[in-house]
Order: sequence, then structure tokens, then C-alpha cells
Amino acid sequence: MTNLENAQMDMLAGKVKMTQQSVNTAMNPSDALDRPIRLTARDVTVHYGAKQALHGISIDIPDRAVTSFIGPSGCGKSTFLRCINRMNDTIEGAKVGGTIKLDGEDVYDPNLDVVELRARIGMVFQKPNPFPKSIYENVAYGPRIHGLARNKADLDEIVISSLRKAGLFEEVKDRLGEAGTGLSGGQQQRLCIARAIAVGPEVILMDEPCSALDPIATAIIEELIDELRENYTIVIVTHSMQQAARVSQKTAFFHLGNLIEEGVTEDIFTNPVNKQTQDYIMGRIG
Amino acid sequence: MTDLLGTGRKAANERTQLVRAGLRRRHRNEQAFRILGIVAICCALGFVALLFTDVLRKGIPAFHQATLHLDVTYDPTLLNVDPVPERTAGQSDADFNAARLAWQRSVAMLNWNKVVEAALRTVTPAGLEIDSRQLLTIPETNARHVIREAFVANPNLLGRTRSFDLLASANVDNWVKGNIDRELGDAQQQMPAQARALVDGWVADGTITQDFAWGLFTNVDSRAAPASAGLAGAFMGSLYMMLVVIVLAVPIGVASAIYLEEFAPKSRLTDLIEVNINNLAAVPSIVFGLLGAAVFINFFHLPRSAPLVGGLVLTLMTLPTIIIATRAALQGVSPALRQAALGLGASKTQMVFHHVLPVTFPSILTATIIGVAQALGETAPLLLIGMNAFVASVPGSIVDQATALPVQIFLWQGNENRNFFEARTSAAIMVLLGLMILLNAVAIFLRTRLERRA
Amino acid sequence: MRSGSPEQNYHRFYSARNDVEIAVNALLMFCSAVAILTTVGIVLSLVFEAIRFFSFINPADFFFGTVWSPKFSSTTTNDHGQYGLLPLLTGTLWVATIASLVAVPIGLMTAIYLSQYAPRNVRAVIKPIIEILAGIPTIVYGFFALVTVGPFLKGAGALVGLDISATSALTAGLVMGVMIIPFISSLSDDILNQVPLAMRDGSYGLGATQSETIRKVLLPSALPGIVGAFLLAVSRAIGETMIVVLAAGNSPVLRGTPLEPISTITVSIVNQLTGDTDFTGPQSLVAFALGLTLFIMTLLLNIAALYIVRRFREQYE
Repeated sequence: MTNLENAQMDMLAGKVKMTQQSVNTAMNPSDALDRPIRLTARDVTVHYGAKQALHGISIDIPDRAVTSFIGPSGCGKSTFLRCINRMNDTIEGAKVGGTIKLDGEDVYDPNLDVVELRARIGMVFQKPNPFPKSIYENVAYGPRIHGLARNKADLDEIVISSLRKAGLFEEVKDRLGEAGTGLSGGQQQRLCIARAIAVGPEVILMDEPCSALDPIATAIIEELIDELRENYTIVIVTHSMQQAARVSQKTAFFHLGNLIEEGVTEDIFTNPVNKQTQDYIMGRIG
Repeated sequence: MTDLLGTGRKAANERTQLVRAGLRRRHRNEQAFRILGIVAICCALGFVALLFTDVLRKGIPAFHQATLHLDVTYDPTLLNVDPVPERTAGQSDADFNAARLAWQRSVAMLNWNKVVEAALRTVTPAGLEIDSRQLLTIPETNARHVIREAFVANPNLLGRTRSFDLLASANVDNWVKGNIDRELGDAQQQMPAQARALVDGWVADGTITQDFAWGLFTNVDSRAAPASAGLAGAFMGSLYMMLVVIVLAVPIGVASAIYLEEFAPKSRLTDLIEVNINNLAAVPSIVFGLLGAAVFINFFHLPRSAPLVGGLVLTLMTLPTIIIATRAALQGVSPALRQAALGLGASKTQMVFHHVLPVTFPSILTATIIGVAQALGETAPLLLIGMNAFVASVPGSIVDQATALPVQIFLWQGNENRNFFEARTSAAIMVLLGLMILLNAVAIFLRTRLERRA
Repeated sequence: MRSGSPEQNYHRFYSARNDVEIAVNALLMFCSAVAILTTVGIVLSLVFEAIRFFSFINPADFFFGTVWSPKFSSTTTNDHGQYGLLPLLTGTLWVATIASLVAVPIGLMTAIYLSQYAPRNVRAVIKPIIEILAGIPTIVYGFFALVTVGPFLKGAGALVGLDISATSALTAGLVMGVMIIPFISSLSDDILNQVPLAMRDGSYGLGATQSETIRKVLLPSALPGIVGAFLLAVSRAIGETMIVVLAAGNSPVLRGTPLEPISTITVSIVNQLTGDTDFTGPQSLVAFALGLTLFIMTLLLNIAALYIVRRFREQYE
């Protein structure tokens, strides 16, 4: 971690009331990865009506690495993920507190356009959700709405290289005009990744991207995530500890809306500090 | 790796600039789209508001009608009639009835217009010259019948005076309500100048007032005395038809829904029935009218213009609604209830009739009422089975000639006295809509009530 | 059947119970046959009477004839008049087209706004109010068209120098459009709600605005269902009777403009059949040929619509 970012962190820590969880965070800094910090979250809370879903989450997400969120279902890991690109905005009655910063810019700043934010932070969902359009149109959708391509040649280039980066091009190059919904589950998910890449995001959020896929498709996606980490900051929510261990460099464990422990993936899995984390990893919390 | 998808700072910043460049336009489009939606909703709501205010604006005045308050004297010099026959000792029933009928005929033969005219003359200002013919256009033509009926009911009135509230004619009503331009010349006016002046005077001194038009509800349709035309006949016609619909459509509809949902084996035949029912629900109503004309009237020779035939046609139209709604209700019953019943040794019939059906009762009731409300408003098929005939009596049974509320609206809107009947038609529409709203309100009330208890 | 039971009473009880089961089953089956019988009755009566009509009038003269002028039966001549369907068909299509032009944009935008933008409580109030439009008897619409909309259109036309007849395809079509708004809006609303949320999220996740998501993802996804709703509404418009009887002008002439009085298939059915008791001449029998045409048109539209909507639902189940 650079001095500048350390200073930034201290400043935030001074301003924001530290909860039990953020103290934990401070005890387990992710600087062991030795990567610059891309996203910082401080004391993030989410309420759905009267129900509190997240209790003061504070975490740093390193640049060009994979950070995974693990924890039993209903623990708030997906909710937190959806705060990062403000997807919770679309849910009636959801209220988000605290700060999340992307490169020092507050994501919830009223002057920041959510359209621009989502162009910078892409998202891949639990179930492959290609649009009922052709493969080409699926990938071209983002660049088209954002006006990223000046002409057809640009668009073709974006579509093809996105598909290539998502490792799908070779499989579909002869049928770009066919419906995206006609692909297999794994291919559909890679199409969704290509669709996200086509907008040129800096961060890609993945919400249990393999939960609907078979083991072979899962392996392909995991390999792809590993490749993408060279160029993108990736945050992945997963219910599979093995997956977190395989693909991520940093891991955060959530439980009942709290961030229990976070750190270098290897440390979390081999030497967890917190009792709850131990229990979860040993399979005692489902 | 191309420049377009570059992941360096510079490429990312360039892309952000591109995105920002389009933001204003995109948010403008977003606003425009949203406004378009609001405009569409306002249009739809506006139509609802326009329709109801238009009907109310036109219809409300018709609930009050120009009414003459007259003291009518049963002057023996005008009414030259024998005393009402008394029953003499030893007279047979038949003889007595014959004598009474003969007396009534003689009463009917009297010139009652003279009595009406005399009553009108008593309140006519001294200086006003008006001939009898013109004077008698002021009360509705049924006035003499009203006065005569009162006498037949009470022959002791001879020589006495009784006060009556008599309907003024449709033209008087138009004139009083200002439906006719008062500046128009005599040639274009419906009433002669003297009659208009007289009416104005009577309005001023309270002889003519705007009273609540009870006749609209209690009278039957009338061509000779349009001001007295009412909805009683049409209402009874509609009521009989709805009874037929309820008696036939509900049991048959519920039974077929039960069969299809609970008993029928899933086969191509039941698929066919299902498709058939869905299509039947969308067949134009007039086609049901053709069916009624060809099958019920021409083939089975049922009487034309009868509520029975109308009810049968409406039953066939309402069946799909009830079947579809009942099936939906049956589908909503939890399998646990069925299994519990079967597990306790109930037969399938017992399971359905003792356990499943009672639970779905509120939904079935609601569907029935909504189906009946729909049937109540249906016009087109009734025209084809002769229910648009002019009927000047209240039907006494389901095979008597009758009309129905919506058909009465259709008949009235075509009446040549537009000034008077436009309001009366709107009033009839208000009655029809009121009944439909009432039915729907009852449906909603019963549903919430029964569901709470269940 | 548990006939193997040694207990006589037991056996008798269950045997009786079984008889009841069979009887109930048969009764229920008979009731559901009524629906089938209705369809059979409709088809048979229409076909049978239409065939009788075609024994007077050549089918080609009916289906392709451009003149509609039935003569009322005179005993002396055999001249029945001309029964060309085309003027009625074009009138029907004029009205249905205008009705669609009114109902589709308003109904669709209403559905979009209510299902995507409106807060739940606003939706809970507005949706039932708009659905009132579907429950109003058509005779009421007809009267409204005749006494209010027609004169208004005539006056509005005169202001801009347009000669609009008070009773015309435009008057009837406009009011019928209002009537079918809830058909389009309710069905489209249902269908938009059936498009999986994941589809919407996918688009938002890419940074699309709400209207972009609706226009470019939701509507294309929901298109088949919306087309189905549209077909059902058109079928409704074609078969609607009272509005056109009162407000379309009853003038069965081929017209190139909707501003003049027209007549429709349903209007002619009413005209030819009211007041006639015995179906002996083509004057009244033609109503059944018209009814058959109408029945087939609406049936095809309904089947197509139900098929499309069902396919759409299966796609997302």
C-alpha cells in the first residue's frame, strides 16, 4: 500500500465511526497483497424498510486482483456487492449509508451519474441473463447505449475483442447473428462477461457467476476470471469456498450482515483469526 | 488488445468522456419517455372522467321533471255516470263482476279531458286566451288516465275535489329546463306562444315545480306519453334474465370447472375443451345473438322478446367467465388440503364438495357477480332475439314479452324527441351503471368479508 | 373397489359410494359438455344458415362484391339486391385500425408507466380506474360517441376546414379505441411483469437508463406477448357492435377516408336480422353469412393471440 493511500485510510478512519468489524479490518490489512487500492468502503449500511441488511461494512478492494466475498446465504455479501455499482437503487425501500469510493470518488455522490458509474463498474449476475437478441447485439448493447463506437467498424471490433477476451469468440464466430439465449449455460455466462467487458469497465462485479453452471463450465469461467484479473479489478461473490480459494487473492467473510474477517485468501483459509470464520471454513456454519 | 477496449488509465478516461458526452441527451430522453407515460395515463384517466361527467351532466337533470300540481274536481255535470253497482242479494259472482265491468267501461267512455281542462282553467289567469287543444298539450297525455284511475278506485270522489301531482308533457319539461332556445321564433317552438306564457306563469306561482321523477323508476316505457316513460319494464326484464343466468350459468359453470380441474383425465379431449372455452370467451357477443336467433327461436320455437331466451343467450356468454374464474380459484387451493381430505378416507367427490369447494366459495361468488354484471350490460345479442320490441307493460314471467335496461337505452337514444330523451337516456345509463357498480361493490365486499372469515 | 372385504355392510357402503362417484362424474362431464355444445351450436347454426344464404347468392358475389344494397323481399320479383361484403369489411377495418391507433400507444405507455415507473400505491389506485373502461357497457360508449364525441369531432373538423361527419369511422373508432385501452394495458402490464427481473438487472448493470432498458430490452423481450394482446384487442374491435351501430353512420359504401359514415359487418347483422322472424330470404339469412365471416376472423385472431401468448409464457417458465 502506498503512503498516499495509507494517509487516505487514516483520514477516513478518523472521520468514520469505527465498528467492531472495521477494527477487525484494520487488524487484517490487505496490504499483504501489495497492490494499490481501487475501491474503499467505509461503514456501509443497508436497510430494507425497517430491516437492516448490512451493519457497517468497511473494506478495501485491491486493483487488478480478484477479491471474493464468502459466507452463508443471506449473510449480505450480494447486498454489499450490489451497493458498489448502486444496483440497490432499483429496489424499492432500500437505503444505503456510509461511503464507497472508486479511485477516491464517492459512488453515492449525488453529482455522480449512476449511468457513468455503471459504465465503469460492470456486473455479471448469478443466472446467465443474455438479452433475447443475437449474440452480436448482446455484446454491442453496452457500447451502443453509451456511444462508445464511432462507426460500425469500431463496434465490430469491440464486439469481437470482447468475445475474444471472454474466451467465447472461437465457439460462436460463425453464428454471431443467432440468439444469445440459444447458447449453453456456460457459454451464456461468458457472453454476459463479454457483454460487461464491451463497455470497458475498470471493475467487474460477479454475483455467484457459476452457481447455475455445471462443473466443466464452472472451471472454464474460473480460468477466465484468472485471465481477466490482469486487466480488471474483480469482485466475486461465491458460496463455494473452494472457488474463492482457487480464483481470489483476497477474501472477505460475511455473516449475518457483518464483515467478520478479511485478508489474503491464503491466510483466511489456512489461518483464520476469528472463531466464526473458522467455524464456517470447517463447515460448521451453513 | 485494441485501443477501444484498453484497460489503461488513458483509455478508461477517454471512454468516460464519451459516456459523459451522451449523458445529457440520454437523461433528456429518459424524461421525455417518462412524461409520455404520464400523458398516456392522463389520457386514459381523462377518458374515464369525461365519460362519467358527460353522462352525469346530461343525466342528472332528468331525475327531476316538470310536475303540475292541480286540484281536480270530479264535477258531476261533466261526469255523467251511474253510481257504482252494489251487490244485490242473490246476485251471482259472475253477474256482479259483469255489472262492475260494464260500469268501468262506462267510466272509461267519459270525456276525462274535460275534467283535466276544467282543472287547468281554474289556475289559468283570467286575461289569458288559450284554446282547449293548446291547453291540453301542457299536461302529459296520461293525466286523464291518472285521474280516471283514481275515480275507479274511489267512486265517492264524484262531486269532490282532489289534488294531483301530474307530469307535464315532454315539451313543457324542455321549455322549463331551458333545453329549448327561448329566443326562437314561434314556428320553431314546440309549444304555441300562449301555452309558453301560461307555463312560465305557473312556474312562477308554483303550479309547476321540478319534482323528483319517480316515474322514471315506477313507470313502463311509453310512446304516447313520453314524459311518463320509465324503466320499470326494462328493469324487470333484466332481472328475469339475470335470474335465468344465475340459475343456469352458475351451476353449469362451476360444475364444468370442477370436472375439468379435478376429475377430467388430462387428455387431448380436455385440452380441446380448454382451448374451446378460452375461444368462447372471446367470441363476439353478436355471434351469440345469431346462435340464439337460429337455435332457440327458429329451431326450438321459444317466444321472441322473452327474458327466457335472452337469459339463455347471456348464460352461454357468461359460462366461460365463470368456468375460467372457478378453475383459477380451484388451482389456488393448496394440495395439502386435498391430501389431508383424501388421507382421512374421503372419496374424491367428498374431497371436492366438502373441502375444496367451500374454500373457493368467495372467489366463485365474486366471479359470478362480475359475470352477471357483464351480462347485465350486454345489448347486441338481445337485439337479434327481438328484445328491442316496444313493450308497454311489466313482464310477469320469463316468457312474457320484455325488454332490458341496455336495450331500453338503445331504444330511447333513438327517440325523435332528442331534447327530452337525451337526458332520459343518460339517466337510464346512470341507473344501469349504478346497478353495475352496486354489483361490483357487493362482489368486493363479500369477497373481503368471506376471505377474512375463512 | 374393495370388494374383497368380508364385511357385507362395508362392501355395500363402498359400493354405494362408488355409484355416487360415477353419477357425480357423469353429471360434471355433462356440464362441461355445454361449452362444447355451445361452440358446436354456433358453428352449425352459422354454417347451416349461411349455406342457405349461398343458395340465393353466389359466394363470389358475397365475398368479392363491392356493393351492399339488399332489397327487402317483394313477392313479385326475384331481385334480392346485392350483398357485397367488401364495403362492410373495409368499414370494419377502418374502425379497428383507428381504434388500434388510439388504444395501442395509450395502452402500452400506460402499462409501461404503471409497471416500471409508478410507485406501488399509485399503481394500486390508477390500474382499477383504467380497468373501469373495460366494464362499461358498450351501449354507453355508443351513446357517448353519438351525442358527445361525434358533434365534437365535426366541430373540431370545421375549425380546421375539414369536413368530418358526426357519425363516421373516426367517431366510432376513437371511442372504441378508448374501450380497448384496458385490454392492451392490462395484458401488456401482466406481460411486462413476467419478463424476468434478471433481464432488467442485466441492462441496468451495463449502465443503461430506465427508458433504454424498457425500450431496448423489456419491450423486445415482451414483444410476442404484446402482439398477442394487440390481436385480442383487434378481435374485440372487429366484433364490437353497439358503438358502431350508434356512431358509425350506417352507410355501407366503400370509402377511402374514415371521415365519412361507414357500416360494418356487425352493424349489418343487426340491420338485417332485427324485426325479422322467419329466415326465408337472403335479406335475413345474410346475417348468418356475415356472422360466419366475423366468427372465423375473430377465431383466427384469438387462436393466434392465445398461441403467441402461451409460447411467450413458456419461454420464461
